[in-house]
Amino acid sequence: MPREYLPILIFLAIAIAFPVAAIAAARLIRPAAPFRTKLEAYECGIKAASDSRGRYTVRFYIIAILFVIFDVETIFLFPWAVRYKQLGWFGVAEVAVFLAILAVGYVWAFKKGALEWV
Amino acid sequence: MSPFSQYYTSLDHFSIIPAVMLALFGCAVLLFDFLIFPDPRQRKWLLIFVALAEVFTGYGLYQQQAWLAVNGVAEISGFGGSVTVDGFGIFFNWIFVAAAILVAVASYKYLETAGEHHGEYYGLILFAQCGMYFLATGTDLITLFIGLELMALCFYVMVGFLRSDKRSNEAAMKYLLLGAFSSGFLVYGFSVMYGIAGSTKLAEITMAIEARPAWDPVVFLALATTAVGLLFKIAAVPFHMWAPDAYEGAPVTVTAYLAVASKAASIAFLLRLFYYGPLAPARQAWEPMLAVVAVATLTIGNLAAINQTNIKRLLAYSSISHAGYMLLGLVAGNRTGINGILVYIMVYTFMTLGAFLVVAALRRKNIIGEDLDDFAGLMRKSPGYAVLMLIFLLSLAGIPPTAGFLGKYYIFLALIQTGHYALAVVATLYVAVAIYYYFKIVRSMFTRPEAEESPLASSFGLRLALGVSGVLTLVIGIYPEPFLKLAQGSLLR
Amino acid sequence: MGSVPISWFLTLSAVLFALGVAGFLFRRSIITVFMSIELMLNAVNLSFVTFSYQLKKVDGHLFSFFVMVVAAAEAAVGLAIILTVFRNRKTLNIDDVSSMKD
Repeated sequence: MPREYLPILIFLAIAIAFPVAAIAAARLIRPAAPFRTKLEAYECGIKAASDSRGRYTVRFYIIAILFVIFDVETIFLFPWAVRYKQLGWFGVAEVAVFLAILAVGYVWAFKKGALEWV
Repeated sequence: MSPFSQYYTSLDHFSIIPAVMLALFGCAVLLFDFLIFPDPRQRKWLLIFVALAEVFTGYGLYQQQAWLAVNGVAEISGFGGSVTVDGFGIFFNWIFVAAAILVAVASYKYLETAGEHHGEYYGLILFAQCGMYFLATGTDLITLFIGLELMALCFYVMVGFLRSDKRSNEAAMKYLLLGAFSSGFLVYGFSVMYGIAGSTKLAEITMAIEARPAWDPVVFLALATTAVGLLFKIAAVPFHMWAPDAYEGAPVTVTAYLAVASKAASIAFLLRLFYYGPLAPARQAWEPMLAVVAVATLTIGNLAAINQTNIKRLLAYSSISHAGYMLLGLVAGNRTGINGILVYIMVYTFMTLGAFLVVAALRRKNIIGEDLDDFAGLMRKSPGYAVLMLIFLLSLAGIPPTAGFLGKYYIFLALIQTGHYALAVVATLYVAVAIYYYFKIVRSMFTRPEAEESPLASSFGLRLALGVSGVLTLVIGIYPEPFLKLAQGSLLR
Repeated sequence: MGSVPISWFLTLSAVLFALGVAGFLFRRSIITVFMSIELMLNAVNLSFVTFSYQLKKVDGHLFSFFVMVVAAAEAAVGLAIILTVFRNRKTLNIDDVSSMKD
């Protein structure tokens, strides 16, 4: 096992030991007197109305999808950004074409109302 | 040829000009759908766009063909060997152009009736065709993968196009999950091939695999995983499960495009890898396996179609069985076999397209005309459509003088030439089985009394597409010479 | 640097791929099935980068780029389709989404 990985192993051991120690210490020290009402989920002092896994809006999915696509577009800009001097005007033209195609997609999403939050 | 820069010569540009045209027009369709035509009745201009795109693409292909003929070379190699325009690629690209334009003109009225007539549909057709271009002319693993995924993604969306129809949603979901799954296997195989060869160019991988021993386990791993991905795309057993559901749930014109163009592109991909490319030296390893797959595909395709009452599902299973015949051509593996596959795919395009478009004609205001009962008495109601369907069904069954006979003829000839007599006998038996279920439809059209009174939805585009398919199916069957020469000239070796 | 033999990386890639396949075949929620597909594609990414590192070439890294892009695009399309399925059927259980039978 190469020596460079030793700090990672120590870090992993500490990262596991710390919460285990904290929870074990708490479990040993605190008084344990559970009864039914104390164990229910907290919902402002009244009886829990429904399962906490509620529905969340579809808008989050759409924003997430659009984020992923444009994030990957950014990933593709990194190689050009690293070597833009050597690639010269040709590189600029190529990246401009790439961005133009993605701009078409952006305009389409905009017109379709995918960027509306309401 | 003067270079634009050291990276992008004009020869590179020339090798991808049809794909550039398609991508440009696809973007234009998306933009024009909103910016200039907010009025839904102006949508026919989008159809004009698609037609223009196909004209430009066709012209690009014609120029490439002319360049090849004038300069006497066998291929144009672009982007350092990533894209190779040769006769094989141009042949398949012409098939894609024909399929795309026929589907586009036929879909106009159908989508209006179905209530989901959005402009993106035409954009997706063009983008899918762009992906197919790279599948047919790609000679680098990256190019092939991108082309495959571009085509597949467009099809996932198109299959789910009827958003309020539960079957369409389910079909798209199943197709997507299984398609992504098989893509995963395919790239794993590509990664093993890259590891063997140190390069992603097909030519170098072929040399590396030739240099290895005959039963190398690493090559076998690459072969097995790549085969999973490829057999999925052509819907061969045991990876055919997506096809009946996807074909049944999708809108009929999308089913037509999927059954024809996607299958043709996947066959081109299959041939590039298995016959003209990396896996050809490993033939001993995959020939028996592929023979078993082909027979199983024929079996399941034909037997499962017998009890179907939904025409789209029946045609889906028949499509699966046609893929089985084409795999037999690959198993035969001589020049006649590959010629047979090219002829088969050419005739299969028009006859399957025609059959599905007749089903599209049956879609009316409140009737989804997909069942066997909807075909009852078609002869009395609209004799034109019934006769066209009869021609397409005869061709699908492989009965002369229609075109379908030619495809099967060359494949059987190749099987006999290479000594696979058992396979030839089995294939012939299944032709007989197929005749039974095709004639179930014919019997329903001609002898049973009419069930529905309303007339068929007929638009100019649909009739044009049906007419072209029908005429070509008959002409290729009766006067095959020019088409056979076209297919023969497109072979690489 | 370079003291870990690459067969370890390839084994890891194969194990991840197998886990992805198992997840695809045996899970019942559509989202989990989708996650398994992404796991498969990422296992392939690892394999590409490993080969590229061993061969001292860039092709593998490049292919890995494209696999990531395709995975992202597939995720976008897939989530949109799953959304539509959920809207119409109100369930994310694969066994319930099967109305088309032979």
